[in-house]
Amino acid sequence: MSSTLVTGARPLGGEAADVLVRDGMIAAVGRVPAAERDGDTEVVDADGLVLLPGLVDLHTHLREPGREDAETVASGSAAAAVGGFTAVLAMANTSPVTDTAEAALRVLELGRSCGLVDVQPVGAVTKGIEGHELAELGLMARSRARVRVFSDDGHCVADARVMRRALEYVKAFGGVVSQHAQDPTLAGREACCDESELSGRLGLPGWPGIAEETIVSRDVMLARHTGSRVHVAHVSTAGTVEVVRWAKAQGIAVTAEVTPHHLLLTSDLLAGYDPVYKVNPPLRPAEDVEALRAALADGTIDAVATDHAPHARHDKEHAFVDAAFGMLGLETALPVVSEVMVRSGLLDWAGVARVMSSAPARIAGLDGHGQGLQVGSPANLVLVDPDRATTIDAAASVSLSRNNPYDGRTLTGAVVGTWLRGRRTASEGRPLLAEEAWA
Amino acid sequence: MRRHLLSSADLSRAETEAVLTTAESMHDVQTREVKKIPTLRGRTIINLFFEDSTRTRSSFEIAGKWMSADTINISGKGSSTSKGESLRDTVRTIDAMGVDALVMRHAASGAAHQVARWVRCSVVNAGDGTHEHPTQALLDAYTLRRQIGGEDRSLEGKHVAIVGDLTHSRVFRSNVITLARLGARVTAVAPPTLMPSGVGPWSKAEGFETSYDLDDVLSGSHGDVDAVMMLRVQRERMSGGYFPTPREYTVGYGLTRPRLERLLDARPDVAILHPGPMNRGLEIAADAADSASSLVLDQVSAGVAVRMAVLYHLLAGADETQPTSTTATTSTEVPA
Repeated sequence: MSSTLVTGARPLGGEAADVLVRDGMIAAVGRVPAAERDGDTEVVDADGLVLLPGLVDLHTHLREPGREDAETVASGSAAAAVGGFTAVLAMANTSPVTDTAEAALRVLELGRSCGLVDVQPVGAVTKGIEGHELAELGLMARSRARVRVFSDDGHCVADARVMRRALEYVKAFGGVVSQHAQDPTLAGREACCDESELSGRLGLPGWPGIAEETIVSRDVMLARHTGSRVHVAHVSTAGTVEVVRWAKAQGIAVTAEVTPHHLLLTSDLLAGYDPVYKVNPPLRPAEDVEALRAALADGTIDAVATDHAPHARHDKEHAFVDAAFGMLGLETALPVVSEVMVRSGLLDWAGVARVMSSAPARIAGLDGHGQGLQVGSPANLVLVDPDRATTIDAAASVSLSRNNPYDGRTLTGAVVGTWLRGRRTASEGRPLLAEEAWA
Repeated sequence: MRRHLLSSADLSRAETEAVLTTAESMHDVQTREVKKIPTLRGRTIINLFFEDSTRTRSSFEIAGKWMSADTINISGKGSSTSKGESLRDTVRTIDAMGVDALVMRHAASGAAHQVARWVRCSVVNAGDGTHEHPTQALLDAYTLRRQIGGEDRSLEGKHVAIVGDLTHSRVFRSNVITLARLGARVTAVAPPTLMPSGVGPWSKAEGFETSYDLDDVLSGSHGDVDAVMMLRVQRERMSGGYFPTPREYTVGYGLTRPRLERLLDARPDVAILHPGPMNRGLEIAADAADSASSLVLDQVSAGVAVRMAVLYHLLAGADETQPTSTTATTSTEVPA
């Protein structure tokens, strides 16, 4: 019988307490009598540290199959564990696309064989994420992979009729469609910079916020019409926040996520044409960033999701418009949220647990995650040092890629350790797995 | 000594004027029987053009050759990047051969800025996407100074209307910076669909005005116009819904014959510029392109002199603040 005793930690940032973990479950919270300790109980001195339920990422790109040079399920899992995650949802835009039950099962099994986090496949909405014909949504849902989240992420389901059918269809198994909201007729194929004075000066193809807002407006009305659930991936504008706020007030089943980078970084970083800041949707101006922070704090935006998008170095070494979209996020998500939401007073640690664990787990229908720190819950845990300042070193990442926009920045709030069902998966920035398994 | 020319904003007013003054000396070379000076002997300049451009590439090539540099042209077609190599690897490979300058044209905005971070040699931006074309702005300023600048070659207070597809024009972006540096006033004229994003606050910051009404501008409502710079309407953009038909564009924003006549009645000494290639009958009538007021060929001629001056300032070790014509004559060994 394995057991761990975390002593002196502050669950959800509250009063100090001991937490006893036994056989993968939380066995006691509070003052744990000595009699409860086994002789081989591992004791973790967590005096002053914050204990949270394991983080859940609704939006991870693991690149396997197809681009194992950029990331694999193993290396992405390692990055997730280091970042405090115990479950990640692996986006479907791999090569081949996760648009069949077989493809979903393969991702699931790769995650299980690694064992650092629960890797839950996201299914494509349409075959080949081409936006025309529905993928085998039901077969993916009814397989052992138990797919519940469907997304063509990287592409918008732009055809309203296809989106309507997808929303209707997933109702049969309690699924949700996660939309990459980007009207392709308003944001052209090359759009890569917030459409603004800056894009005008730089001569970069503009990605106007209205391209996101019109799709979100359409989708919430489709969700109302179909009585289904829609989830807005990586919200980037204040206008979208207003639409989501209105829709929730109407009782429409809409949820939304925001990335750490959209909470911290602003579009003016693009002035130097550095592709490390090229992301889809693009970084937005400070006014939008402020609106996103406020919306996350007041619950309009439900969750933080990383949109972890690893790329091989050479895929970023092109002219800005030709470089790949995306940036790393798993290892730095919690420090960024700590920096912009906790230190600013917008969220307390219980709020962080809500937006980075319980809400994403609920949206994704994930059992065993995001359940808080009650006795009887699976011991999916992350231990955080809220006061530790760390200067981010991109070269030290456990991801196979290095497209880290925070390189050289100092962020306060660090993940000290992660446990998946009671087994420690990461400690002090390193995954607890033989290096050859993830590097 | 400045190493790169990536943006018109890189050059201060003093540096801009220094380049233009040097170009006056270089212009003399064009009129000589033997068009060769030894200034860049032993230097190697690569014209790396990822995008077709007969005019600009030839201009840089001639400029380099007249200054005795070894100039080599590399086309984007068939280059390593077209075979999948990253831009960084491509330019670092060329740089490793020991070249002194890369003159680079690329379809992507910012490409020259990025390349400058990756190489040891000098980089000259010969046009990057819809961003900038700094040597075009310099040659436009050079042409204007000679035509409307008077004896002191000053554009201070002169009023230039820039007309056409501003959204996609790197010429526009560089010109508003360079002309402002030299004290000129610019009124940018285009339909709203061809105005760059956020042009309102941008124009305020850069000190230029905007208008949707060409007739209004040409009639002097924004002040008498000393020069009109017509920009090319990119035919490939016509299907993008930027304006309904070529006919409607010409009626609204073309320098048509009636407009030209009205303009010349009011300002007989007006200068007409176009960076070329021209769409005759669309943005500029043949009568305007070929009129006595047209400086189109002067611009082409000035291009060589200005590019010689730019290469001189980047590669010949000139003092960036005071490379007057005298300095140029002595230190660059311009033959008498």
